[in-house]
Amino acid sequence: MIVGATTRQAQAERDPVIRASVPMLARVLPWVGHPPTRNRGTVGGSIANADPSAEIPLVAVTLGADILLATTDGPTSMPADDFFIGPMLTTIGQGECVSAIRFPVWPHQRIGVGFFEISARRSDFAFVAAAAQVALDDAGRCLEVALGVGGVGDRPLRLDVSSLVGTELDATSVAAAVNAAAGELDATSDLHASAAYRRRVASVLCIRALEQARVDASAKSREGAR
Amino acid sequence: MKVDLRINGAVRSADIEPRKTLLDALRENFLLNGTHAGCEHGVCGACTVLVDGEPVRSCLMFAVQADGYEITTIEGLAPAPGELSVIQDAFCETHGLQCGYCTPGMILSAHALLQHTVTPTRDDIVEAISGNICRCTGYGQIIEAVEFAADRLRKANTPRPHHGADKPVVEAK
Repeated sequence: MIVGATTRQAQAERDPVIRASVPMLARVLPWVGHPPTRNRGTVGGSIANADPSAEIPLVAVTLGADILLATTDGPTSMPADDFFIGPMLTTIGQGECVSAIRFPVWPHQRIGVGFFEISARRSDFAFVAAAAQVALDDAGRCLEVALGVGGVGDRPLRLDVSSLVGTELDATSVAAAVNAAAGELDATSDLHASAAYRRRVASVLCIRALEQARVDASAKSREGAR
Repeated sequence: MKVDLRINGAVRSADIEPRKTLLDALRENFLLNGTHAGCEHGVCGACTVLVDGEPVRSCLMFAVQADGYEITTIEGLAPAPGELSVIQDAFCETHGLQCGYCTPGMILSAHALLQHTVTPTRDDIVEAISGNICRCTGYGQIIEAVEFAADRLRKANTPRPHHGADKPVVEAK
């Protein structure tokens, strides 16, 4: 699904098509800034700004979105994971401009999302954010899973928890997969939180986000109530 | 650059530098000093105004970008000179302000909320004013003021046309 770069965050937040097609994006939008900033702020603006703790870049990296660029040589695109290279830094060059973001739409019926973040005050910059999206089959087994963290390192990071595919996302499997993936996270220390704190909180929030996503997906009937 | 702005229901024209913020234009060109300049980089919410009824930070918007939109500042809320709007009055009654610096932004954020939502929960109110920083009153009385204003507005039974997200008022007698 392609979301134009100048789509207002407030508009995307209320959009039923985004809610149905890219539920993780719909889920994080209320956490982006505050109501007055979402009324003017855009989806593409947050992508181009590349704040390491921003929610929209986190969704783009976690789901494996493509960033569409307008350049002097014509349109091009690049995976979100290659687009963000550091704090407020992207690979965008001179004469290039973010034109849209292409978010993958999962084909499954039962999709659930989970999201948690820790910040100093409501809607302030997250020290750690974790986003999860899972798809379940009729028997409650995991068909597909995506997990990512923001605010931990100098850019959003996707965690490989593909070992969870085929499990019922039980607590033991989730904890094992998250701890294996989050153990090697490249976390940063700053005024707000130490690297050790960030790593520890990232594991906890990832486990909670996956559980929330599983519950969310389980609540959807097999006819697909989305 | 000549700009025609619709501010508080009247068309106002001025010759404005293209990169002058809406905040500076409101204060310097139109002498609407009720819109306060706080951090001037989108963090504190003191400069909040309504653009087509929705709260935005006037320090993060150029005056020329506001062309064609309906701008509402704190000066535009009172029904008549010397009077207060229901929300302004509620802030006075519940001591929802001390120094008053954040107050115009708080009231405009609250105004937008109460336009969409007839019966806001405490969480709705906290979310609506989450982008407005207060450094003296404390948020308790401000939240109380918005709850009080919501109650009065429900009892006044005036139609509020926005979004259509809410049920019609039934408890007002």
